[in-house]
Amino acid sequence: MLVLAAALLAGNLYVIAHLADEMRQGQIFRIIFFHVPAASAAMIGSAVALVASVLFLVTKNFKYDALAVSVTEVGLAFLAVNLVTGSIWARVIWGVWWAWDPRLTSALICWILYAGYLILRQALEEPTQRATFAAVYSIFAFTDVPIVYFSIRWWRTIHPQPVFFSKTGSFPAEWGRAFGLNMLAIFLLYAALTKIRLRQEETQREIDYLRRTVHAF
Amino acid sequence: MRFLGQVMVITMKDLRAEMRTKEAINASFAFALVVLLLLSFAFEPTEDTMREISGGLLWIVFTFAGTLVLNRSFARELPNDCLDALIAAPIPGPALFLGKAMANFVLILAVELVALPVFGIFYNVRWTRQFWPLMLVVVLGTWGLTSIGTIFSALTVNIRLREVMLPLLVYPVLIPMLLGAMRLSALLVSGQAVTGDDTIWFKLLFGFDIIFTSLALVLMDTVLLG
Repeated sequence: MLVLAAALLAGNLYVIAHLADEMRQGQIFRIIFFHVPAASAAMIGSAVALVASVLFLVTKNFKYDALAVSVTEVGLAFLAVNLVTGSIWARVIWGVWWAWDPRLTSALICWILYAGYLILRQALEEPTQRATFAAVYSIFAFTDVPIVYFSIRWWRTIHPQPVFFSKTGSFPAEWGRAFGLNMLAIFLLYAALTKIRLRQEETQREIDYLRRTVHAF
Repeated sequence: MRFLGQVMVITMKDLRAEMRTKEAINASFAFALVVLLLLSFAFEPTEDTMREISGGLLWIVFTFAGTLVLNRSFARELPNDCLDALIAAPIPGPALFLGKAMANFVLILAVELVALPVFGIFYNVRWTRQFWPLMLVVVLGTWGLTSIGTIFSALTVNIRLREVMLPLLVYPVLIPMLLGAMRLSALLVSGQAVTGDDTIWFKLLFGFDIIFTSLALVLMDTVLLG
């Protein structure tokens, strides 16, 4: 899966580099091909984390806990990519690295919430307690995520209006294909990284089990 | 009705225990005063500055002081296995949550109602012009702080670095509430009425309180027994 994601990304980079310049924004518009998919991937990731957390609380099966932490950790990285690429774009287009409008602020809050999730996990040593409390926190944290999505519609904002679902934006047809492919590539990358992290969690549990078996804990 | 009776038992127990020693509430008062003092060094309290920062300043003071009370809430139950006794008691988890939350609410509200006049005096702000709307904002915001703080207090009671973990976890989750409360407070403290677009903040506060209180009621048993 990782190979497929890498291949798609490499191919797409070639396509994106050769797209014509956008009228008003110059070269920097190409960053949208990474900025938006990273955000979408992180959003879907946090939804998966919520489902995994709820499923863990209901079934007490640790594979859901492993899924929750893997998805959240990778999501944190992708959200960071989102924030950084957004900052770079903002510096070029708006002249500032950061602006405290609702959309940006909510994305940052999201990032801090999920960092808090990981810090909470670190502070809890007993595996069952760690999984349970992390799941509870994840449910609380997830309620912030809709605010990120809807804030662009609820509050006055300087963030560009969504391009796909509104009448005022414009997105040339030839970009659509490159955008879609890049989106797929980034989602695949997300899935591949999550799988790697999941395997780490499983291995950790196996090691803990073996340790307990030989009373080496 | 029985549920309410159980909630009241917990609330009165906590309030009685707090009133006898007054540890948390004194520390909270003192901390609020210190923060107000420190922040006065940060700004020149002119009319214009105050109009801009009053809302934010007030809610930072309230949140920091509130955290002291919230930390004590479940930490108080640790010695002598009181927490185990509470978990073993024949009251449902939600009743325990509501009881503790209401006790914390009363305590934090008391601290805030003392901090407000002090704020008015130190910063030369006439904050009573929109008194009842301001009180509504204070009550809604404090309930948001309390409900989230209480369940996270239960979550963090047994982990190391509890004093640090509680603020670290609570403040980000509180941000939507703080956003609404700060903007509304800034308007109301400077004497303006809340009109038009700004009423969305009231809806936000209501919605926030309802959503998170429900979530906390549902998850309290998991946190206590997990």
